[in-house]
Amino acid sequence: MATIHELHTQLVNKNISAVELTQAVIAHKAKVEPIVHAYLSDSHESALATAKAVDEAIAKGETISPLAGIPGAIKDNICIKDEPATCASRMLEHFIPPYNASVIEQLQNQHFVNLGKLNMDEFAMGGSTENSALAKTANPWNTDCVPGGSSGGSAAAVSSGSAIWALGSDTGGSIRQPASFCGVVGLKPTYGNVSRYGLIAFASSLDQIGPLTRDVTDAALVLNAISGHDPKDSTSIPGNRVDYTTALVNDVKNLKIGVPKEFFGDGLSADVRKAMDEAIETYKKLGAEIVEVSLPNSKYALSAYYIIALAEASSNLARYDGVSYGMRVAADNLVEMSTKTRTEGFGPEVQRRILLGTYVLSSGYYDAYYLKALKVRRLIKNEFDEAFSKVDLLLSPTAPNTAYKFGEKVNDPLAMYLEDICTVPANLAGIPGISIPAGMSSNNLPIGLQLLGPAMGEETLLRAAFTFEQARPDCQLVAPTGEVSL
Amino acid sequence: MSSKYETVIGLEVHTELKTKTKIFCGCTTEFGGDQNTHVCPVCLGLPGAMPVLNKKVVEYAIKVGLALNCDILQFNKFDRKNYYYPDLPKNYQTSQYDLPICLNGYLDIEVDGQTKRIGITRIHMEEDAGKLVHSGNTISDSNSSNVDYNRTGVPLLEIVSEPDLRSGAEAKAYVEKLRSILQYLEVSDGRMEEGSLRCDANVSVRLRGATEFGTRTETKNVNSLTGIQKAIEYEALRQAQLIEDGGTVCQETRTWDDAQGITLAMRKKDSEDDYRYFPEPDLVPIVITEEEINDARANLPELPDAKIARFISEYGLSTADSTILTASRKTADYLDAAVKAGADAKTVSNWMLGDLSKMINENGLTFGESKVSPENLASMIALIDKGTISGKIAKKVIVSMWESGKDADTIVKEEGLVQITDTGAIEEIVKQVIANNPQPVADFKGGNGKAIGFLVGQVMKESKGRANPGMVNELLQKFLND
Amino acid sequence: MKISQDEIKKIAFLSRLEVKENNMANIEKELSDILTYVAELNELDLDGVEPMAHAVPLHNVFREDEEKPSLAHDLALSNAPEAEDGYFKVPRVVQE
Repeated sequence: MATIHELHTQLVNKNISAVELTQAVIAHKAKVEPIVHAYLSDSHESALATAKAVDEAIAKGETISPLAGIPGAIKDNICIKDEPATCASRMLEHFIPPYNASVIEQLQNQHFVNLGKLNMDEFAMGGSTENSALAKTANPWNTDCVPGGSSGGSAAAVSSGSAIWALGSDTGGSIRQPASFCGVVGLKPTYGNVSRYGLIAFASSLDQIGPLTRDVTDAALVLNAISGHDPKDSTSIPGNRVDYTTALVNDVKNLKIGVPKEFFGDGLSADVRKAMDEAIETYKKLGAEIVEVSLPNSKYALSAYYIIALAEASSNLARYDGVSYGMRVAADNLVEMSTKTRTEGFGPEVQRRILLGTYVLSSGYYDAYYLKALKVRRLIKNEFDEAFSKVDLLLSPTAPNTAYKFGEKVNDPLAMYLEDICTVPANLAGIPGISIPAGMSSNNLPIGLQLLGPAMGEETLLRAAFTFEQARPDCQLVAPTGEVSL
Repeated sequence: MSSKYETVIGLEVHTELKTKTKIFCGCTTEFGGDQNTHVCPVCLGLPGAMPVLNKKVVEYAIKVGLALNCDILQFNKFDRKNYYYPDLPKNYQTSQYDLPICLNGYLDIEVDGQTKRIGITRIHMEEDAGKLVHSGNTISDSNSSNVDYNRTGVPLLEIVSEPDLRSGAEAKAYVEKLRSILQYLEVSDGRMEEGSLRCDANVSVRLRGATEFGTRTETKNVNSLTGIQKAIEYEALRQAQLIEDGGTVCQETRTWDDAQGITLAMRKKDSEDDYRYFPEPDLVPIVITEEEINDARANLPELPDAKIARFISEYGLSTADSTILTASRKTADYLDAAVKAGADAKTVSNWMLGDLSKMINENGLTFGESKVSPENLASMIALIDKGTISGKIAKKVIVSMWESGKDADTIVKEEGLVQITDTGAIEEIVKQVIANNPQPVADFKGGNGKAIGFLVGQVMKESKGRANPGMVNELLQKFLND
Repeated sequence: MKISQDEIKKIAFLSRLEVKENNMANIEKELSDILTYVAELNELDLDGVEPMAHAVPLHNVFREDEEKPSLAHDLALSNAPEAEDGYFKVPRVVQE
């Protein structure tokens, strides 16, 4: 399995050049993309140019950074100067940002090779990538199934080998859930650990950029590259970051892992429950202490999450009015122009969410919905704080079910929202979460195990995830099309 | 009718702060660049861009709050005010809603010799919008408009008064005083014509003695001090007339048409005004310590009221003169500087209110830009005091100082304006004038004491104004009475 | 919690979205279902609970009042649907 750390060794040992590696991944991509459709745009030329520069550095005997020359790809809601950033929306189909997101600046300093921009649910709103207005991405494990979402393109690209690693964004599970559906590792960092500057906002107080990778080590490497304080993001946590690879210790002996019973509710499929039981057994065998914990208010997390996320979204998406960028539908006057532009430019799910978000903030409803949701958010945060005073980590499924068929939930928005039940609490509390592969369902679809930690507790998460990965090679499966031949 | 109704006015004053850069990004706030050249991803509201608060804006807001006797909220925060308008690139304005930086202040104004205290409800920080240029003469006869975002994100303070004002004159006095304080604090230019100070007036009328407020209208687009008074007076009269005629006042936004001298209905207050405020998730709260507030208070400059009091008690100036001389900080500073350079305050004040004001006004300048520095004025006054030049000559000297920028000493020497105090020289002229003007001499000797004035004038004329007037008088008396 | 069609029209206007008549009943049901679901928050006693607007409790994040370069003029207008003389151009602001 081609991972960042293995390929880095091969580059440094000159077993392969960065250009050869990039060409090999591009060739593999050409094979799988007609089936998977993870990408919305390509940047092969600049990828090869960067790879060439990396090869020159290697030839000169320079030390290269761990990500240098390793082809990755970026979710299409993160701005790269002079490359499209569509958010998989017709609204931004032709939008070219004139600036770089801070994570892109950081990655460019590491000579990252960018193969292109990845499909997603429109404006990151959805859990299946079916809400993309521009492409239909399939799950590499079963192309009749969705890849999850909203970072479905990112998960599918890594799973199918058309990128070695990818960036996604997670507002209510949008990294972890598609990682789970596609059998890869997905890490949502602590809110404020990674800069949001240049991430096209869905819900600003919940959004966070993070890596989707083939193993836990790679997740630590990408997190090293993108984390850190950014003066351009007022919500960025100050101070220096640790080297997250130092957390990759194969040992959980003194760890206390809590199992919140509320995350194992009625909607959980038998396959997922079985995988969780096995994971708990694994951790027990490895010497971790498993305790049941209760987070009673997490049952309200979904409601609070949707109210807050949609309220913020209704405001964040107000700027798409046809005036200074993005799509415009011509009309005689301004109100009509903006109304037509927005009605034609946004898909039905985005419009539904804007309407709901507007409603919960509107006069007479603010106290009943929005203010209540902010208070529930506090209760949930307090509950996590209390739990983390007793345990080091929390363990749950990432999603109650495995990937489902296209069209299965698309007409029932509420049913779709309920799938986010295990992931949204972390976004409300701002805490980090990781999804790692934890086995396969009876119908051969990946199951994800979610670990949650306290704010800035990524190291403990990575350590526990790494230890599980070492102990359970049976879970480290590659999708049918996922092996890149070098 | 005016005696039957009482006008109730509350003002919302918006002032642009003179920071170097915008409130949430590093773009310059400089006025008058080419359209859309002072813009960046943040102030253009580009997807993904994020605001970071300019520290200076908070410092300035605290200063203004303290100068207006407000409580500074030690925990305050930004909110989003959501509404669609093309001069607002994000279609929300980042502003402060329920926890603004300042609350509960007041401002004392003088109207007709009476002091009146006007309550300040709140002061909050927010971003300015861009500018629309319409293709037609007015917004309504335009088929299209052009948008310039250079002003977008320039920091604003909104200062909201209580409905304590009762006339257009009071409103004018309030804005004048407020503007003067803002200028004293050096946080704003306060130029109404350029839009760096803007005023919206909430006006209602009610029967005198009534306790309930009438329905109010909000008049926008008032861009001069006299405009404020006129707009309010017009609007109050319009409302009173409407009620007298059996109509009712409609809650609406109106615009002041300065050319016609009337207010015009702009739009009704309705569902459009559902601004859906909520906490700005991209900015974190502001926490201000007691110590920071005390420091800011200690560093406030002397404000107009204190200055007036000092000019009266320390300089012995009249209340009227002190009020004029403190209207702008630059003017007051000029006086202080001249006094500091050794001149007598009353004399300086006379020059400032007389010849110097005239030259400054003729050139459209302020005392801060005066071509005669306060130090040079002081040294000129010293020359008068020493008797080197006469007061009359000084009036010429100050003009030369203005034109050349040179100091009084140099000019007096270069132009040979030194006063003649040599008795012999003056005697010569006096004798000559007596000889050449037999009639006035005869008049004087015949008991017409006033005739001496003419003779003094003649001596001064002959000496080109340089003769010491006291000595001229003395010598004339001596020779005529001989 | 049922939302009325009048309310939908009002929020649609505030959102600058058009809900087509033939879609109204559908939207009404979808929004009402979701609002009914989230109304579960009414079960909680939230008196005295401090609202939480931010995930991380930071405060006083400032920048110095220092000028940074603005965007190049052509780049600022590069995404404009319509531009004229260096301005963004929009149709008439006032409705007929």
